[in-house]
Amino acid sequence: MHEMSIALSVIDAVTEKARQEGCSAVTGIELVVGRLAGVQVESLRFCFTAATRNTPAEGAELIIEEREASGRCEDCGATFPVESYHVKCPSCGLYRVRIETGEELSVRTITIE
Amino acid sequence: MCDTCGCSPEGGAVLRKPGMTDYHVHVVEGDHHHDHEHDHDHDHDHGHSHDHHHGESRKVEVELDVLSKNNLLAERNRGWFEARRILAINFLSSPGSGKTTILEKTVPMLLEHFPVTVIEGDQQTTNDADRIHALGVPVIQVNTGTGCHLDALMVQRAVRELDPPERSLLCIENVGNLVCPAMFDLGEAARVVVISVTEGEDKPLKYPTMFHSADLCLLNKTDLLPYVDFDVAKCREYATQVNHHLEWIEVSARTGEGLDRWKAWLISRQAGL
Repeated sequence: MHEMSIALSVIDAVTEKARQEGCSAVTGIELVVGRLAGVQVESLRFCFTAATRNTPAEGAELIIEEREASGRCEDCGATFPVESYHVKCPSCGLYRVRIETGEELSVRTITIE
Repeated sequence: MCDTCGCSPEGGAVLRKPGMTDYHVHVVEGDHHHDHEHDHDHDHDHGHSHDHHHGESRKVEVELDVLSKNNLLAERNRGWFEARRILAINFLSSPGSGKTTILEKTVPMLLEHFPVTVIEGDQQTTNDADRIHALGVPVIQVNTGTGCHLDALMVQRAVRELDPPERSLLCIENVGNLVCPAMFDLGEAARVVVISVTEGEDKPLKYPTMFHSADLCLLNKTDLLPYVDFDVAKCREYATQVNHHLEWIEVSARTGEGLDRWKAWLISRQAGL
């Protein structure tokens, strides 16, 4: 749903970065999207094409690294991979898990010319 | 324009005020909206030189949060609210859970404690702002057009128009949607998610991102519990499994049941600023 806003934010960020680097075209963008980032990767790809139209990033290759999520039990301290916010500690069985990774949504690199 | 999400690339949000048909403010960024496509001749003022070989590509490390622009703006909003001791609440729910009715019932109870102002977010119409306006409190409607959520820029612009007083409560009623608004920090002090007993008790499991990010869950329409198959205990269990820090208050905006606890929650949050 909100992936168009996300795509536009990506374009804003990379266009600004390319300008700082003195370049006028962005030909590649590497994104990191955590499993719990709240973004549908396929939807983001779809929106990206529309969002880049008539921008310096038009036609840029989009590479998305989907990153797994992990959590730590606030009760027993165990750490483990998680797939959603509804997660039970596999060690003690409590639903008191703090998410440690997997909420990332960032631009890692851009390729410019 | 994206057919999937319907958001407008122009970010075509508009501010409106009830009863003022001429009032119409477009939410646009005030600065750097130029086209940078042909500016490679400009001087660099950042103190280093580099060669530009046009046609040769190079990879640059960026490591930037995609939402950093919104998040920075949200932090500016938050700082402004904190300095003025304004309690800003981001109200979230699916359409029809009763957010506006809760506000209609809550606002008059609070006015003896502190001033209240309201920002209403909807794609179209000033219907909700009209209802709040009828209570006699300042309100701004943000029409997001095709957008599915409020963002920090819309709130910043709306706040500029609304000018909420010091030591007050600012209620920001987000667009009815349990998905997209979860992603966008507005600068609020707390997120309040509303569900009603006419929805499924598994809403917290279906929309975990929203419930995970909320501070308080209001379960509304409890007066209808005798007529619906809604397991309150199960819903609360699911919600706290997704977010074990989540607070929980059951209310009926229609009968007023439970609203005293909700009012006490707001007063205590406001006093804590």
